[in-house]
Amino acid sequence: MLELNAVQSGYGETQVLYGVSLAAQKGRVMAILGRNGAGKSTTLKTIMGLLPLKSGEIVFDGKPIAAQPFDIAKSGIAYVPETRDIFPSLSVRENLELAAKRFGGGAADLTMERVLDLFPRLGERMDNGGTQLSGGEQQMLAIARGLLMNPKLLILDEPTEGLAPIIVKLIHDKLQDLKAEGLSMIIVEQNFGFATSLADDVVVVDKGQIVWTGSADEIKADEEAQHTWLGV
Amino acid sequence: MAHDLGFWILQALNALQLSMLLFLLSIGLTVIFGLMHFVNLAHGSFYALGAYFAASLAAVGGYWMGFFLAPVAVAGVGILLYSGLIKRMRKSGPMAQVLVTFGLIFVLLDVTRIVWGELALAIDVPALLSGRLSFLGVEYPTYRLFIIVLGLGIFAALAFVLGRTQIGAMIRAGVDNDAMAACLGINVERLFFIVFCVGCALAGLSGAVAAPLLSVAPDMGLQILIPTLIVIVIGGLGSLKGAVAGSLIYGFVQTFGAVLAPGLASVLIYALLAAVLVIKPVGLFPAKG
Repeated sequence: MLELNAVQSGYGETQVLYGVSLAAQKGRVMAILGRNGAGKSTTLKTIMGLLPLKSGEIVFDGKPIAAQPFDIAKSGIAYVPETRDIFPSLSVRENLELAAKRFGGGAADLTMERVLDLFPRLGERMDNGGTQLSGGEQQMLAIARGLLMNPKLLILDEPTEGLAPIIVKLIHDKLQDLKAEGLSMIIVEQNFGFATSLADDVVVVDKGQIVWTGSADEIKADEEAQHTWLGV
Repeated sequence: MAHDLGFWILQALNALQLSMLLFLLSIGLTVIFGLMHFVNLAHGSFYALGAYFAASLAAVGGYWMGFFLAPVAVAGVGILLYSGLIKRMRKSGPMAQVLVTFGLIFVLLDVTRIVWGELALAIDVPALLSGRLSFLGVEYPTYRLFIIVLGLGIFAALAFVLGRTQIGAMIRAGVDNDAMAACLGINVERLFFIVFCVGCALAGLSGAVAAPLLSVAPDMGLQILIPTLIVIVIGGLGSLKGAVAGSLIYGFVQTFGAVLAPGLASVLIYALLAAVLVIKPVGLFPAKG
Protein backbone atom coordinates (compact mmCIF):
# COMPACT_ATOMS: atom_id res chain seq x y z
CA MET A 1 0.00 0.00 0.00
CA LEU A 2 2.87 2.38 0.81
CA GLU A 3 6.36 1.77 -0.43
CA LEU A 4 9.52 3.78 0.16
CA ASN A 5 12.46 3.04 -2.12
CA ALA A 6 15.89 4.42 -1.23
CA VAL A 7 14.38 7.62 0.18
CA GLN A 8 16.79 10.42 1.05
CA SER A 9 15.51 13.47 2.84
CA GLY A 10 16.25 15.94 5.61
CA TYR A 11 15.92 19.47 6.89
CA GLY A 12 17.43 22.04 4.54
CA GLU A 13 21.10 21.24 4.16
CA THR A 14 21.04 18.63 6.89
CA GLN A 15 20.39 15.18 5.50
CA VAL A 16 18.70 12.76 7.89
CA LEU A 17 17.52 9.84 5.77
CA TYR A 18 20.15 7.98 3.76
CA GLY A 19 18.17 5.59 1.60
CA VAL A 20 15.16 4.37 3.59
CA SER A 21 13.25 1.51 1.98
CA LEU A 22 10.16 -0.08 3.48
CA ALA A 23 6.82 -1.49 2.41
CA ALA A 24 3.68 -1.13 4.52
CA GLN A 25 0.92 -3.59 3.62
CA LYS A 26 -2.78 -2.93 3.35
CA GLY A 27 -4.78 -3.80 6.45
CA ARG A 28 -1.67 -4.18 8.58
CA VAL A 29 0.06 -2.07 11.19
CA MET A 30 3.73 -1.25 10.78
CA ALA A 31 5.81 0.13 13.63
CA ILE A 32 8.91 2.18 12.91
CA LEU A 33 11.25 1.89 15.88
CA GLY A 34 14.62 3.42 16.63
CA ARG A 35 16.49 5.68 18.98
CA ASN A 36 16.01 9.43 19.25
CA GLY A 37 17.31 11.19 16.17
CA ALA A 38 17.41 7.99 14.11
CA GLY A 39 15.10 9.44 11.45
CA LYS A 40 11.67 8.05 12.43
CA SER A 41 9.75 11.32 12.46
CA THR A 42 11.68 12.50 9.42
CA THR A 43 10.43 9.44 7.57
CA LEU A 44 6.81 10.29 8.38
CA LYS A 45 7.25 13.96 7.48
CA THR A 46 8.78 12.96 4.17
CA ILE A 47 5.83 10.65 3.46
CA MET A 48 3.45 13.55 4.21
CA GLY A 49 5.33 15.89 1.86
CA LEU A 50 6.32 18.17 4.75
CA LEU A 51 9.99 17.59 3.97
CA PRO A 52 11.29 17.49 0.40
CA LEU A 53 12.20 14.16 -1.12
CA LYS A 54 15.84 14.56 -2.18
CA SER A 55 16.01 11.26 -4.01
CA GLY A 56 14.32 7.88 -4.10
CA GLU A 57 10.61 7.32 -4.55
CA ILE A 58 7.47 6.92 -2.50
CA VAL A 59 4.62 4.90 -3.99
CA PHE A 60 1.16 4.99 -2.45
CA ASP A 61 -1.66 2.80 -3.71
CA GLY A 62 0.34 1.86 -6.80
CA LYS A 63 1.04 5.45 -7.84
CA PRO A 64 3.92 7.84 -7.08
CA ILE A 65 2.83 9.92 -4.09
CA ALA A 66 1.71 13.52 -4.71
CA ALA A 67 4.16 16.35 -4.07
CA GLN A 68 2.05 18.60 -1.84
CA PRO A 69 0.81 17.70 1.65
CA PHE A 70 -2.80 18.63 0.83
CA ASP A 71 -2.82 16.31 -2.21
CA ILE A 72 -1.21 13.55 -0.16
CA ALA A 73 -3.91 14.03 2.48
CA LYS A 74 -6.60 13.90 -0.20
CA SER A 75 -5.17 10.71 -1.62
CA GLY A 76 -5.99 9.06 1.71
CA ILE A 77 -3.16 9.45 4.21
CA ALA A 78 -3.99 11.02 7.57
CA TYR A 79 -1.19 12.25 9.79
CA VAL A 80 -1.18 12.54 13.58
CA PRO A 81 1.97 14.52 14.39
CA GLU A 82 4.11 14.13 17.47
CA THR A 83 3.24 17.68 18.54
CA ARG A 84 -0.47 16.92 17.96
CA ASP A 85 -0.88 20.33 16.35
CA ILE A 86 -4.39 21.05 17.50
CA PHE A 87 -5.47 24.40 16.05
CA PRO A 88 -5.64 26.75 19.05
CA SER A 89 -8.02 29.23 17.39
CA LEU A 90 -10.55 26.50 16.69
CA SER A 91 -12.96 24.76 19.03
CA VAL A 92 -12.84 20.99 19.38
CA ARG A 93 -15.86 20.79 17.08
CA GLU A 94 -14.20 22.98 14.45
CA ASN A 95 -10.97 20.98 14.66
CA LEU A 96 -13.00 17.86 13.91
CA GLU A 97 -15.27 19.37 11.24
CA LEU A 98 -12.27 20.68 9.36
CA ALA A 99 -11.11 17.12 8.84
CA ALA A 100 -14.54 15.67 8.20
CA LYS A 101 -14.56 16.32 4.49
CA ARG A 102 -13.77 12.65 4.08
CA PHE A 103 -12.07 12.40 0.73
CA GLY A 104 -9.98 9.49 1.95
CA GLY A 105 -12.19 6.64 0.82
CA GLY A 106 -10.79 4.30 3.44
CA ALA A 107 -12.12 0.96 4.57
CA ALA A 108 -13.67 1.85 7.91
CA ASP A 109 -16.64 4.18 7.80
CA LEU A 110 -15.39 6.85 10.13
CA THR A 111 -18.18 9.33 10.64
CA MET A 112 -18.33 12.00 13.34
CA GLU A 113 -20.74 9.79 15.27
CA ARG A 114 -18.38 6.82 15.11
CA VAL A 115 -15.35 8.88 16.13
CA LEU A 116 -17.17 10.42 19.10
CA ASP A 117 -18.25 6.94 20.02
CA LEU A 118 -14.56 5.95 20.12
CA PHE A 119 -13.59 9.00 22.16
CA PRO A 120 -16.66 10.08 24.16
CA ARG A 121 -14.52 12.53 26.13
CA LEU A 122 -14.31 14.72 23.05
CA GLY A 123 -18.09 14.78 22.74
CA GLU A 124 -18.29 16.40 26.17
CA ARG A 125 -15.80 19.08 25.20
CA MET A 126 -16.97 20.01 21.70
CA ASP A 127 -17.25 23.73 22.40
CA ASN A 128 -13.97 24.05 24.28
CA GLY A 129 -10.99 25.67 22.63
CA GLY A 130 -8.69 23.08 21.09
CA THR A 131 -5.85 23.85 23.46
CA GLN A 132 -7.93 23.96 26.62
CA LEU A 133 -7.81 20.18 26.58
CA SER A 134 -5.45 18.04 28.63
CA GLY A 135 -2.54 16.34 26.88
CA GLY A 136 -4.43 13.05 26.67
CA GLU A 137 -7.54 14.74 25.28
CA GLN A 138 -5.44 16.60 22.73
CA GLN A 139 -3.98 13.30 21.59
CA MET A 140 -7.47 11.84 21.29
CA LEU A 141 -8.52 14.89 19.30
CA ALA A 142 -5.49 14.60 17.01
CA ILE A 143 -6.29 10.94 16.34
CA ALA A 144 -10.01 11.62 15.95
CA ARG A 145 -9.23 14.40 13.49
CA GLY A 146 -7.08 12.03 11.47
CA LEU A 147 -9.76 9.34 11.52
CA LEU A 148 -12.45 11.74 10.31
CA MET A 149 -10.58 12.02 7.04
CA ASN A 150 -11.56 8.39 6.59
CA PRO A 151 -8.02 7.58 5.53
CA LYS A 152 -6.72 4.52 3.76
CA LEU A 153 -3.60 4.85 5.86
CA LEU A 154 -3.24 6.48 9.27
CA ILE A 155 0.25 7.50 10.31
CA LEU A 156 0.93 8.32 13.94
CA ASP A 157 4.06 9.90 15.36
CA GLU A 158 4.70 8.97 19.01
CA PRO A 159 1.02 8.76 20.01
CA THR A 160 1.83 7.86 23.63
CA GLU A 161 4.49 10.44 24.34
CA GLY A 162 4.01 12.18 27.68
CA LEU A 163 0.68 10.49 28.43
CA ALA A 164 -0.48 8.80 31.63
CA PRO A 165 -0.54 4.96 31.50
CA ILE A 166 -4.34 4.86 31.63
CA ILE A 167 -4.58 7.08 28.53
CA VAL A 168 -1.89 5.03 26.79
CA LYS A 169 -4.00 1.94 27.45
CA LEU A 170 -7.13 3.64 26.13
CA ILE A 171 -5.41 4.78 22.94
CA HIS A 172 -3.92 1.32 22.50
CA ASP A 173 -7.35 -0.31 22.76
CA LYS A 174 -8.96 2.12 20.32
CA LEU A 175 -6.21 1.65 17.78
CA GLN A 176 -6.53 -2.11 18.26
CA ASP A 177 -10.26 -1.84 17.45
CA LEU A 178 -9.51 0.17 14.32
CA LYS A 179 -6.88 -2.35 13.27
CA ALA A 180 -9.46 -5.11 13.67
CA GLU A 181 -11.70 -3.15 11.31
CA GLY A 182 -8.97 -3.24 8.70
CA LEU A 183 -7.45 0.25 9.03
CA SER A 184 -3.83 0.34 7.79
CA MET A 185 -1.45 2.19 10.08
CA ILE A 186 2.17 3.20 10.43
CA ILE A 187 3.22 4.05 13.96
CA VAL A 188 6.44 5.65 15.12
CA GLU A 189 6.87 4.87 18.78
CA GLN A 190 9.45 4.91 21.58
CA ASN A 191 7.22 2.73 23.75
CA PHE A 192 8.41 -0.75 22.69
CA GLY A 193 5.60 -2.63 24.44
CA PHE A 194 2.89 -0.40 22.94
CA ALA A 195 4.36 -0.59 19.45
CA THR A 196 4.99 -4.32 19.32
CA SER A 197 1.59 -5.11 20.82
CA LEU A 198 -0.20 -3.19 18.05
CA ALA A 199 2.07 -3.82 15.09
CA ASP A 200 2.22 -6.74 12.69
CA ASP A 201 5.42 -5.60 11.01
CA VAL A 202 8.40 -3.75 12.43
CA VAL A 203 11.24 -1.83 10.87
CA VAL A 204 14.10 -0.35 12.87
CA VAL A 205 15.74 2.88 11.74
CA ASP A 206 19.24 3.88 12.73
CA LYS A 207 21.27 6.80 11.39
CA GLY A 208 18.77 7.32 8.60
CA GLN A 209 18.75 3.76 7.32
CA ILE A 210 16.62 0.67 7.89
CA VAL A 211 18.76 -1.75 9.90
CA TRP A 212 16.20 -4.38 10.83
CA THR A 213 13.01 -5.65 9.20
CA GLY A 214 10.73 -8.37 10.47
CA SER A 215 7.54 -9.11 12.33
CA ALA A 216 6.56 -7.83 15.77
CA ASP A 217 6.86 -11.31 17.18
CA GLU A 218 10.36 -11.67 15.77
CA ILE A 219 11.64 -8.47 17.34
CA LYS A 220 10.02 -9.35 20.65
CA ALA A 221 12.04 -12.59 20.55
CA ASP A 222 15.24 -11.01 19.22
CA GLU A 223 16.88 -9.57 22.33
CA GLU A 224 20.08 -8.88 20.50
CA ALA A 225 18.36 -6.65 17.94
CA GLN A 226 16.50 -4.88 20.74
CA HIS A 227 19.72 -4.29 22.59
CA THR A 228 21.75 -3.22 19.55
CA TRP A 229 19.25 -0.89 17.90
CA LEU A 230 16.85 0.20 20.58
CA GLY A 231 18.80 0.02 23.82
CA VAL A 232 15.86 -1.88 25.34
CA MET B 1 -10.63 72.81 28.46
CA ALA B 2 -14.03 74.35 28.18
CA HIS B 3 -15.32 72.04 25.54
CA ASP B 4 -18.86 70.76 25.77
CA LEU B 5 -20.06 67.21 25.37
CA GLY B 6 -20.89 67.76 21.71
CA PHE B 7 -17.28 68.57 20.99
CA TRP B 8 -16.13 65.29 22.48
CA ILE B 9 -18.77 63.32 20.62
CA LEU B 10 -17.58 64.97 17.44
CA GLN B 11 -14.00 64.01 18.18
CA ALA B 12 -15.04 60.47 19.04
CA LEU B 13 -16.84 60.20 15.69
CA ASN B 14 -13.77 61.55 13.90
CA ALA B 15 -11.63 58.99 15.70
CA LEU B 16 -14.06 56.22 14.83
CA GLN B 17 -14.12 57.24 11.18
CA LEU B 18 -10.31 57.22 10.97
CA SER B 19 -10.26 53.88 12.76
CA MET B 20 -12.65 52.29 10.29
CA LEU B 21 -10.60 53.47 7.31
CA LEU B 22 -7.47 51.97 8.88
CA PHE B 23 -9.34 48.81 9.75
CA LEU B 24 -10.30 48.21 6.11
CA LEU B 25 -6.64 48.50 5.18
CA SER B 26 -5.04 46.62 8.02
CA ILE B 27 -7.34 43.59 8.06
CA GLY B 28 -6.10 42.42 4.66
CA LEU B 29 -2.47 43.02 5.51
CA THR B 30 -2.64 41.29 8.87
CA VAL B 31 -4.45 38.16 7.65
CA ILE B 32 -2.13 37.87 4.64
CA PHE B 33 0.82 38.05 6.99
CA GLY B 34 -0.71 35.70 9.53
CA LEU B 35 -1.66 33.11 6.94
CA MET B 36 1.49 33.00 4.89
CA HIS B 37 4.06 35.07 6.78
CA PHE B 38 4.22 37.19 3.69
CA VAL B 39 5.21 40.80 4.24
CA ASN B 40 3.49 43.01 1.69
CA LEU B 41 4.64 46.58 2.17
CA ALA B 42 2.92 47.54 -1.08
CA HIS B 43 -0.47 47.08 0.59
CA GLY B 44 -0.73 50.86 1.00
CA SER B 45 -0.29 51.25 -2.73
CA PHE B 46 -3.49 49.26 -3.26
CA TYR B 47 -5.21 51.91 -1.17
CA ALA B 48 -3.83 54.65 -3.45
CA LEU B 49 -4.84 52.68 -6.53
CA GLY B 50 -8.33 52.27 -5.08
CA ALA B 51 -8.62 56.04 -4.71
CA TYR B 52 -7.39 56.65 -8.28
CA PHE B 53 -9.64 54.03 -9.80
CA ALA B 54 -12.55 55.47 -7.84
CA ALA B 55 -11.74 58.99 -9.05
CA SER B 56 -11.55 57.91 -12.69
CA LEU B 57 -14.63 55.72 -12.52
CA ALA B 58 -16.57 58.41 -10.67
CA ALA B 59 -15.76 60.86 -13.47
CA VAL B 60 -17.38 58.45 -15.91
CA GLY B 61 -20.26 56.91 -14.02
CA GLY B 62 -20.58 58.74 -10.73
CA TYR B 63 -19.48 57.96 -7.19
CA TRP B 64 -21.17 54.60 -6.83
CA MET B 65 -19.53 53.20 -9.92
CA GLY B 66 -16.17 53.99 -8.33
CA PHE B 67 -17.29 52.65 -4.98
CA PHE B 68 -18.26 49.25 -6.40
CA LEU B 69 -15.75 48.82 -9.21
CA ALA B 70 -12.56 50.26 -7.69
CA PRO B 71 -12.18 47.34 -5.26
CA VAL B 72 -12.68 44.91 -8.15
CA ALA B 73 -10.07 46.72 -10.24
CA VAL B 74 -7.60 46.73 -7.33
CA ALA B 75 -8.19 43.02 -6.78
CA GLY B 76 -7.41 42.60 -10.49
CA VAL B 77 -4.08 44.39 -10.04
CA GLY B 78 -3.50 42.21 -6.99
CA ILE B 79 -4.07 39.06 -9.05
CA LEU B 80 -1.55 40.24 -11.65
CA LEU B 81 1.04 40.99 -8.99
CA TYR B 82 0.34 37.72 -7.26
CA SER B 83 0.83 35.57 -10.32
CA GLY B 84 3.74 37.60 -11.66
CA LEU B 85 5.71 38.27 -8.53
CA ILE B 86 4.37 37.33 -5.14
CA LYS B 87 3.82 33.64 -5.88
CA ARG B 88 7.49 33.27 -6.77
CA MET B 89 8.57 35.04 -3.61
CA ARG B 90 6.58 32.91 -1.21
CA LYS B 91 9.57 30.97 0.01
CA SER B 92 12.24 33.61 -0.31
CA GLY B 93 12.19 34.87 3.28
CA PRO B 94 11.06 38.13 4.86
CA MET B 95 14.06 40.25 3.86
CA ALA B 96 13.64 39.60 0.14
CA GLN B 97 9.86 40.08 0.46
CA VAL B 98 10.28 43.40 2.25
CA LEU B 99 12.77 44.64 -0.33
CA VAL B 100 10.70 43.60 -3.33
CA THR B 101 7.39 44.88 -2.00
CA PHE B 102 9.10 48.09 -0.86
CA GLY B 103 10.40 48.49 -4.40
CA LEU B 104 6.89 47.82 -5.63
CA ILE B 105 5.66 50.86 -3.71
CA PHE B 106 7.83 53.08 -5.89
CA VAL B 107 6.92 51.25 -9.07
CA LEU B 108 3.23 51.70 -8.35
CA LEU B 109 3.85 55.29 -7.27
CA ASP B 110 5.40 56.08 -10.65
CA VAL B 111 2.75 54.13 -12.51
CA THR B 112 0.06 56.29 -10.89
CA ARG B 113 2.08 59.40 -11.80
CA ILE B 114 2.38 58.28 -15.43
CA VAL B 115 -1.28 57.30 -15.75
CA TRP B 116 -2.97 60.01 -13.68
CA GLY B 117 -0.36 62.76 -13.54
CA GLU B 118 1.20 64.66 -10.68
CA LEU B 119 -1.82 66.77 -9.77
CA ALA B 120 -4.14 65.74 -7.00
CA LEU B 121 -7.61 64.64 -8.04
CA ALA B 122 -10.82 65.43 -6.25
CA ILE B 123 -13.94 63.34 -6.04
CA ASP B 124 -17.36 64.50 -4.92
CA VAL B 125 -19.40 62.99 -2.19
CA PRO B 126 -22.54 61.47 -3.73
CA ALA B 127 -25.74 63.46 -3.32
CA LEU B 128 -27.26 60.77 -1.12
CA LEU B 129 -24.44 61.12 1.41
CA SER B 130 -23.79 64.83 1.23
CA GLY B 131 -24.79 67.22 3.96
CA ARG B 132 -24.94 66.57 7.66
CA LEU B 133 -26.93 64.42 9.98
CA SER B 134 -27.85 65.13 13.53
CA PHE B 135 -26.35 62.35 15.61
CA LEU B 136 -26.21 62.24 19.42
CA GLY B 137 -26.89 65.93 19.47
CA VAL B 138 -24.12 66.90 17.06
CA GLU B 139 -24.23 67.74 13.40
CA TYR B 140 -21.92 65.34 11.63
CA PRO B 141 -21.12 64.93 7.92
CA THR B 142 -23.28 62.13 6.54
CA TYR B 143 -20.43 60.80 4.45
CA ARG B 144 -18.21 60.28 7.49
CA LEU B 145 -21.02 58.47 9.27
CA PHE B 146 -21.33 56.33 6.16
CA ILE B 147 -17.65 55.33 6.49
CA ILE B 148 -18.19 54.39 10.13
CA VAL B 149 -21.25 52.29 9.27
CA LEU B 150 -19.46 50.68 6.32
CA GLY B 151 -16.44 49.79 8.46
CA LEU B 152 -18.64 48.30 11.18
CA GLY B 153 -20.62 46.40 8.56
CA ILE B 154 -17.51 44.92 7.00
CA PHE B 155 -16.17 44.06 10.43
CA ALA B 156 -19.42 42.21 11.20
CA ALA B 157 -19.31 40.40 7.86
CA LEU B 158 -15.68 39.36 8.33
CA ALA B 159 -16.34 38.29 11.92
CA PHE B 160 -19.17 36.09 10.64
CA VAL B 161 -17.14 34.56 7.80
CA LEU B 162 -14.03 33.99 9.91
CA GLY B 163 -15.85 32.85 13.01
CA ARG B 164 -18.83 30.88 11.75
CA THR B 165 -18.13 29.39 8.33
CA GLN B 166 -16.07 26.47 7.09
CA ILE B 167 -13.80 28.70 5.00
CA GLY B 168 -13.29 30.92 8.06
CA ALA B 169 -12.25 27.90 10.10
CA MET B 170 -9.87 26.93 7.29
CA ILE B 171 -8.31 30.40 7.31
CA ARG B 172 -7.92 30.37 11.10
CA ALA B 173 -6.41 26.88 10.95
CA GLY B 174 -4.01 28.06 8.24
CA VAL B 175 -2.97 31.05 10.34
CA ASP B 176 -2.47 28.80 13.39
CA ASN B 177 -0.44 26.14 11.60
CA ASP B 178 -0.25 26.05 7.82
CA ALA B 179 1.62 22.74 7.65
CA MET B 180 -0.99 20.91 9.73
CA ALA B 181 -3.81 22.56 7.77
CA ALA B 182 -2.25 21.20 4.58
CA CYS B 183 -2.09 17.75 6.17
CA LEU B 184 -5.88 17.91 6.51
CA GLY B 185 -6.19 18.37 2.77
CA ILE B 186 -6.51 22.15 2.79
CA ASN B 187 -4.85 23.88 -0.14
CA VAL B 188 -3.32 26.67 1.90
CA GLU B 189 -1.79 28.34 -1.15
CA ARG B 190 -5.19 28.70 -2.80
CA LEU B 191 -6.66 29.92 0.47
CA PHE B 192 -3.88 32.49 0.60
CA PHE B 193 -4.71 33.61 -2.92
CA ILE B 194 -8.38 34.13 -1.99
CA VAL B 195 -7.44 36.04 1.17
CA PHE B 196 -4.92 38.08 -0.80
CA CYS B 197 -7.58 39.09 -3.33
CA VAL B 198 -10.10 40.00 -0.62
CA GLY B 199 -7.38 41.97 1.19
CA CYS B 200 -6.56 43.87 -2.00
CA ALA B 201 -10.25 44.58 -2.64
CA LEU B 202 -10.69 45.92 0.90
CA ALA B 203 -7.60 48.11 0.52
CA GLY B 204 -9.10 49.36 -2.75
CA LEU B 205 -12.43 49.98 -1.04
CA SER B 206 -10.65 51.87 1.69
CA GLY B 207 -8.99 54.10 -0.91
CA ALA B 208 -12.28 54.61 -2.74
CA VAL B 209 -14.16 55.74 0.37
CA ALA B 210 -11.25 57.89 1.56
CA ALA B 211 -11.00 59.65 -1.82
CA PRO B 212 -13.75 62.26 -1.24
CA LEU B 213 -12.26 63.16 2.16
CA LEU B 214 -8.78 63.95 0.96
CA SER B 215 -7.16 64.85 -2.29
CA VAL B 216 -6.13 61.84 -4.33
CA ALA B 217 -2.37 62.15 -4.72
CA PRO B 218 0.32 59.69 -5.80
CA ASP B 219 2.01 59.44 -2.40
CA MET B 220 -1.14 58.67 -0.42
CA GLY B 221 -0.21 54.99 -0.36
CA LEU B 222 3.10 55.79 1.24
CA GLN B 223 1.42 58.10 3.77
CA ILE B 224 -0.97 55.42 4.97
CA LEU B 225 1.62 52.63 5.17
CA ILE B 226 3.15 53.61 8.51
CA PRO B 227 -0.22 54.02 10.32
CA THR B 228 -1.32 50.65 8.91
CA LEU B 229 1.85 48.94 10.11
CA ILE B 230 1.44 50.56 13.53
CA VAL B 231 -2.13 49.25 13.68
CA ILE B 232 -1.12 45.66 13.02
CA VAL B 233 1.89 45.75 15.32
CA ILE B 234 -0.18 47.15 18.20
CA GLY B 235 -3.16 44.88 17.48
CA GLY B 236 -1.14 41.72 16.95
CA LEU B 237 -0.57 39.90 13.70
CA GLY B 238 -3.05 37.67 11.97
CA SER B 239 -6.27 38.35 13.85
CA LEU B 240 -9.45 40.26 13.15
CA LYS B 241 -9.68 41.33 16.78
CA GLY B 242 -6.13 42.68 16.58
CA ALA B 243 -6.88 44.70 13.45
CA VAL B 244 -10.00 46.23 15.03
CA ALA B 245 -8.31 46.95 18.36
CA GLY B 246 -5.22 48.41 16.69
CA SER B 247 -7.31 50.59 14.40
CA LEU B 248 -9.44 51.93 17.25
CA ILE B 249 -6.37 52.64 19.38
CA TYR B 250 -4.64 54.42 16.53
CA GLY B 251 -7.75 56.40 15.58
CA PHE B 252 -8.52 57.55 19.11
CA VAL B 253 -4.95 58.27 20.20
CA GLN B 254 -4.29 60.23 17.03
CA THR B 255 -7.54 62.21 17.11
CA PHE B 256 -7.66 62.95 20.83
CA GLY B 257 -3.92 63.48 20.96
CA ALA B 258 -4.29 66.24 18.40
CA VAL B 259 -6.97 67.90 20.54
CA LEU B 260 -5.59 67.40 24.03
CA ALA B 261 -1.86 67.63 23.45
CA PRO B 262 -1.26 69.09 19.98
CA GLY B 263 2.47 69.38 20.62
CA LEU B 264 2.76 65.71 21.44
CA ALA B 265 0.23 64.30 18.98
CA SER B 266 2.71 63.09 16.41
CA VAL B 267 4.90 61.43 19.04
CA LEU B 268 2.11 59.90 21.10
CA ILE B 269 1.30 56.99 18.82
CA TYR B 270 4.95 56.07 18.46
CA ALA B 271 5.39 56.15 22.24
CA LEU B 272 2.40 53.82 22.51
CA LEU B 273 3.86 51.58 19.84
CA ALA B 274 7.15 51.43 21.73
CA ALA B 275 5.29 50.66 24.97
CA VAL B 276 3.38 47.79 23.32
CA LEU B 277 6.58 46.42 21.86
CA VAL B 278 8.23 46.45 25.28
CA ILE B 279 5.31 45.10 27.31
CA LYS B 280 3.69 42.74 24.78
CA PRO B 281 5.90 42.36 21.72
CA VAL B 282 3.41 40.13 19.90
CA GLY B 283 0.73 42.84 20.06
CA LEU B 284 -2.52 42.92 22.00
CA PHE B 285 -4.54 40.20 20.23
CA PRO B 286 -2.26 38.13 18.02
CA ALA B 287 -3.44 34.96 16.28
CA LYS B 288 -2.85 32.00 18.56
CA GLY B 289 -0.73 29.83 16.29
